[in-house]
Amino acid sequence: MNKKTRSLIQRMTLTPYSIWAALFIVVPLIFVAYYAFTDNSFRFTFDNITRFFTATSQIDDGESVREVRTYLVIFMRSLKLAVISTFICLLMGYPLAYIMARAKARTQSILLTLIMIPMWMNFLIRTYAWMTILQDTGILNSFLSALHLGRIHIIGTESAVVIGMVYDYFPYMVLPIYSVMAKLDVRLLEAASDLGCPAVSVLRRVIWPLSLPGVLSGVTMVLIPSISTFYISQKLGNGKFFLIGDAIEGQYVANNLHFAAAIAFILMVILLACMALVQKLANRKIIVA
Amino acid sequence: MKKIIELKNITKAFDGDVVLDHINLDIYDNEFLTLLGPSGCGKTTTLRIIGGFETADEGDVIFMGENINELPPHKRNVNTVFQRYALFPHLNVFENVAFSLREKKMPKDEINKKVTEMLALVALKGFEKRSVSSLSGGQQQRVAIARALVNQPKVLLLDEPLAALDLKLRKDMQVELKNIQKATGITFVFVTHDQEEALSMSDTVVVMSEGRIQQIGTPVDIYNEPENAFVADFIGESNILDGVMLEDRKVSFAGHVFPCVDSGFERREPVDVVVRPEDVDIVSEEKGQLRGVVTSVTFLGVHYEIIVDISGFKWMIQTTDFHDVDEHVGLFIEPDAIHIMKKSKYSGMFGDYSSFSDEMDEIGEVELEVLEEMETESESGHE
Amino acid sequence: MKRASKIYTALIMIFLFAPIAILLVFSFNRAKSLSVFSGFSLYWYRELFRDSETLKAVRNTLILAVSASLISTVMGTAAAVGINKLRSKFMRTALDSVTNIPMINPDIITGISLMLMFVFVGRLFGAATSLSFWTMLIAHITFCLPYVILQVLPKLQQMDKALPEAAMDLGCTPLRAFFKAELPEIMPGVVTGLIMAFTLSLDDFVISYFTAGNGFQTRIYNMTKKTVTPKMYALATIIFFVILTLLLISNFSDSDDASPRRREKTTRRDKKP
Repeated sequence: MNKKTRSLIQRMTLTPYSIWAALFIVVPLIFVAYYAFTDNSFRFTFDNITRFFTATSQIDDGESVREVRTYLVIFMRSLKLAVISTFICLLMGYPLAYIMARAKARTQSILLTLIMIPMWMNFLIRTYAWMTILQDTGILNSFLSALHLGRIHIIGTESAVVIGMVYDYFPYMVLPIYSVMAKLDVRLLEAASDLGCPAVSVLRRVIWPLSLPGVLSGVTMVLIPSISTFYISQKLGNGKFFLIGDAIEGQYVANNLHFAAAIAFILMVILLACMALVQKLANRKIIVA
Repeated sequence: MKKIIELKNITKAFDGDVVLDHINLDIYDNEFLTLLGPSGCGKTTTLRIIGGFETADEGDVIFMGENINELPPHKRNVNTVFQRYALFPHLNVFENVAFSLREKKMPKDEINKKVTEMLALVALKGFEKRSVSSLSGGQQQRVAIARALVNQPKVLLLDEPLAALDLKLRKDMQVELKNIQKATGITFVFVTHDQEEALSMSDTVVVMSEGRIQQIGTPVDIYNEPENAFVADFIGESNILDGVMLEDRKVSFAGHVFPCVDSGFERREPVDVVVRPEDVDIVSEEKGQLRGVVTSVTFLGVHYEIIVDISGFKWMIQTTDFHDVDEHVGLFIEPDAIHIMKKSKYSGMFGDYSSFSDEMDEIGEVELEVLEEMETESESGHE
Repeated sequence: MKRASKIYTALIMIFLFAPIAILLVFSFNRAKSLSVFSGFSLYWYRELFRDSETLKAVRNTLILAVSASLISTVMGTAAAVGINKLRSKFMRTALDSVTNIPMINPDIITGISLMLMFVFVGRLFGAATSLSFWTMLIAHITFCLPYVILQVLPKLQQMDKALPEAAMDLGCTPLRAFFKAELPEIMPGVVTGLIMAFTLSLDDFVISYFTAGNGFQTRIYNMTKKTVTPKMYALATIIFFVILTLLLISNFSDSDDASPRRREKTTRRDKKP
């Protein structure tokens, strides 16, 4: 293409987006840092960051009262629940992605649509429906007692929160894995079995390493929203399991913008570090495989 | 003849790599001109500069006496047949051909008439309503030509248009393109890396390598009088040897002094000697000017391709007579079969038939290594 | 599919659709209970349509989703065209990284960051509250943009680069060449981008929560904070059927698009001036 035309087109097409991205993606992140490191009168301070690591509170577990670092406990709890949910999503989603990728084209597109339909429903209503199901007087318990299996108490437990997270973010796990697997050359699998690989080995030595990029993006896409959620924990955990997202939201509601920014800043830094690490490991792993 | 396009000192670099190095070229009216060269020689870039898709860093493009350096593609009176045709997939055959006419807001019945005419010219009558993706490669090719010609450009640029077709179709299209060129009288600038294609279709061939023009001439000139080792090797098969011009009409190479027809060189000037494989006669050992051993024989239908080793240099000879491997033979070369060229930077790079391509040398070496490794492994395995 | 695969797939589908089925059923419940079905009734639908505030919230959400997705599709498509033409490696990497930020960052951080900026700028101008429909629109466009670019860019890369050149060769200005040769080719990506942007905007809660004044999302949030009535279920049911219809229509038109008959029809129609 002609040089002049190219630069003209570039200016016309890229300028609006570049300005937008700078103004509404980059600058807001600078504001997070700015708020995190200032106090209410916008004087520089480390207090907000320090508070995250040192604030303590008492936990009364019925027998004794323990003093713990509030936000570290909250963060570890968020991490634990997010990791469990992500793992369950992977466990459930990987076989499904595999089945879909190997199904007939028509079946593939039907299954794809079915998986996406819940995504189109409103997130809040979706979560609320689970609350209805899991309540002590909910459908699950009516169902169980009708079968004389007794009742279970699940709402307000960590399990309920995990169920909610798995349900809400499950499609984000399946779709990336599926899209990688669907592109897998069938001849690769045939070549593997031709070279004497039994089915399990084909899965372990060919399919798994090749689908790893999909798995990685699936894991990121589930882990990140579930570590930072605040609605699910409020609804399905009965507000008993304060997560990092709840902490940010709580500070926002209390109009403690600087501390809210500090928590968000720390969360962001930790996530970025994790992702860089995963990326590095992934690169090495792919080379080894 | 009238000059239509003049390229003057065109230079172009991409990211610091020079792809065109001071190109000077005149293109005449009603001419079939071919830019010939290996990939990366700059032939496509030259075409794109004429088409207006690239701007030269230096130099001028003159179109019918007017400088068109700054003229955008849509204002140039040239049209292009693109490499993979670039037909618009969302339009049918008729609409593809009518594209530029609609752009000109031509009246409807005139468009109809012109498109029908063009489709008849490329033998695609009745294909108007077909979608372009349902056509075969050859048919798509014709649509691309019709689409470019309907505008009656002064010059048609063709970027390797036959590369995607199979051999037979390619031959047919060569004839057809030539016929279309004659019928329309439009200047064709044709880019290809296929020397046979270039020789059979062109009035003028421009051989390019590494961003420079190596030779401009008629197909016969280029074949018979290559200017340097690159041209000799790229056009047809050649045995190229180091030689010394002893005096006019006397050259020494391969340890023998040959009479030849060339003159005008310095005394004892080192030169490159070209002998085409079909010009070498295989005779009995004692009658030959050179003596050697047959190392391989390939039957190619029309003739045999025989490789003869003469003190380490592998000659290629094309002959209808059969000779067996390991046979000792003599070679005889007529004076007018010897072509002498000045030394160039391409001297010594081409013309020995130890292998047909450099890549095979490397593969051969690797294979040997692998085989050796496997042998040692199996030995250690037995222990 | 093998039998085991079928059973497995069916189980997952039950898991995915059980809550939706329950929504559906209980929206028709005569009583207010969300666990005991006491008989069919359209009571909650009537209630929903009487609730003018919820309806207004729905309307606002739709206006927001439509404008956010349209604006982000136009801007994102243009950006993709520009990014695709970039030759500078540095600029490319820089833009790619910035584009990735809203996709990798948790929603809560995107929401908080925009909110902080809006509040700060609002205070500079002395406004009591700077959060409004407009701030929410900006936020929605911002998080939709990367998804549009992500859909369009691969289509541009797959496209034969010679197509726009061919159009220019045949007399189009660069701008017309884009609309006549390039846009029809990347249209599937643009449409997918538009649909994705619309969906994301519709489904977003977290970012709206931080950047909105009184939108629909926060309204449902407030409602579910107290007790939820099946009225919300009725709304969800309506949304579900609308989506289902849209999906079915787009599915049918998709399979139609693939057939040559349909293609010819479109071109014939195009021919008319």
